[in-house]
Amino acid sequence: MLEVKGLSAGYHHLQILHELDLEVHEGEIVALVGANGAGKTTTLKTLSGLVRPTAGSITFGGDQAVGVRPSELVARGLVQVPEGRALFGPLTVEENLRMGLWTRRKEARASADLEEVFELFPILLERRKQLAETLSGGQQQMLAIGRALMTRPKLLMLDEPSTGLSPKLTWTVLDAVKTIRDRGVAVLLVEQNAAQALNLADRAYVLESGSIVLSGTGKELATDERVRKAYLGL
Amino acid sequence: MTSQPMVADQETRTPTPSAWWARLPWLRIGIVLAAVVAAIVLAYLRSGSTVVVTQAVVTGILIGGVYGLVAMGLTLIFGVLDIVNFAHGSFLAIALFLSYYLVAGMGMHPYLALLIVLPAMFLLGALVQRFVLAGAMGKPLENQLLITLGISLVIENSLLLFFGANPRSVSLPGDQGVAILGAVAELSRILAFVGALVLAGLLFLLLRRTSLGTAIRAVAANDAGAQMVGIDTRWIYMLTFAIGTACAGAAGVLVAPLVTIEPVTGALFNIIAFVVVVLGGMGNVVGALLGGLVVGLAEQLGALLLPGQSPLLVVFIVFVLVLLLRPQGLFGRSGS
Repeated sequence: MLEVKGLSAGYHHLQILHELDLEVHEGEIVALVGANGAGKTTTLKTLSGLVRPTAGSITFGGDQAVGVRPSELVARGLVQVPEGRALFGPLTVEENLRMGLWTRRKEARASADLEEVFELFPILLERRKQLAETLSGGQQQMLAIGRALMTRPKLLMLDEPSTGLSPKLTWTVLDAVKTIRDRGVAVLLVEQNAAQALNLADRAYVLESGSIVLSGTGKELATDERVRKAYLGL
Repeated sequence: MTSQPMVADQETRTPTPSAWWARLPWLRIGIVLAAVVAAIVLAYLRSGSTVVVTQAVVTGILIGGVYGLVAMGLTLIFGVLDIVNFAHGSFLAIALFLSYYLVAGMGMHPYLALLIVLPAMFLLGALVQRFVLAGAMGKPLENQLLITLGISLVIENSLLLFFGANPRSVSLPGDQGVAILGAVAELSRILAFVGALVLAGLLFLLLRRTSLGTAIRAVAANDAGAQMVGIDTRWIYMLTFAIGTACAGAAGVLVAPLVTIEPVTGALFNIIAFVVVVLGGMGNVVGALLGGLVVGLAEQLGALLLPGQSPLLVVFIVFVLVLLLRPQGLFGRSGS
């Protein structure tokens, strides 16, 4: 579904990513783990068209995805939930969710999707008339994921969804990620919290200084000696 | 979709969603109303005549509505595009001259001119944003500031070139004084107020009740987030600037029968619009309308309190006081 080959990118002559190869197939949860500053967020930004790559290719669903506007990529089904969530604070929960329908606003059955999101995160139904900025951190993360789901993504990219959440809420969010995958949406999960991400993922990549240094199934990497030492603190 | 995890969030910070009226800043509205009442009492003590004071209040409110409409356009542009648009008053001046041309040159009714001026100003705004301002988006504030200042100079001097410096006027057929609440106001002034309120209401409905309006507010709130739900922000920027310019255009048509039409008339409205925008809270559309009424009243009552001075003097005193005491504006959101 998503194929990345030899991807290099950076900001102002500072190269961050070095010839990255990465793939996400349909129905998979793929984790991208790595230390702070390894280039995880830059990878996601490049994939969603916010940063222009200096070399390499990105194809999504068989189509070229380099040089395509972010809004167009969303319409094609490549959707990111950024770190920091980028919610519309002064808008209500429901307005935030409905904005996820923007690229499909001419379709008739869009409202049914709202019910699906409320089913996944019942708390959002309860708070739907409340302003997004008044929600707690966990609720905001659920809203950000819910808003992204409203766009009907084929591939959902989550940037550090567990940041700032209690361990309990982290599990809630990661549980939801599994449900999303079971609904047929591929997930690319970027996490600093490597242990949980590797346990959840079907496959995973380890990113170090802008290069992929390891890849394998989630289970393999979770038991890999080097990964355990470097990221799991074991 | 077999097993749905029941997500129960243990954090309960805000128990019930609050109704819209509970979110209004009642205390501040009360203080503003008290200040207005105090100004009215002072004006009465100073002039000693109820008729004069009533007249000032009525005139102030009527012109304040128009100030509000002009400022709504300016504050919308600021809120969404983050551009301080110094050309806003010049767009109003273009609308004044367009109106003059349509009424005096082609014999059109002054209010029918809206049907031509409104779309024309909308289009002009869209073109200016697309071809002049789009390149400066996201650049330092000085860039945009100099560009909009440049646009205003070009517009003002083009008007001077084509129409000359002679003052002109538009008159409304059948315009006459109408008794209203113990005062007298020209019909054209009342209609300008009503027209401004209707258009302000339509703009409010557009922003609050349509998905396009919600998208405009979404871009204002977080443009990165807007891109991530697939909103083409370039298009929203262009549209918003066009709507803002159309507000100035509509206000131009409505005040055409009330003012002397000169290339520099726009500059006066520009200054007032900036004061109103700051009073109402930068980017706050409803605040702009209320701020317009406050400035209209300050101008008229100020002429009574400090006779012989420029009516703008009191407006600026209010402006400086608000900036000192509440820099985010009377109706702005408190520092977050």
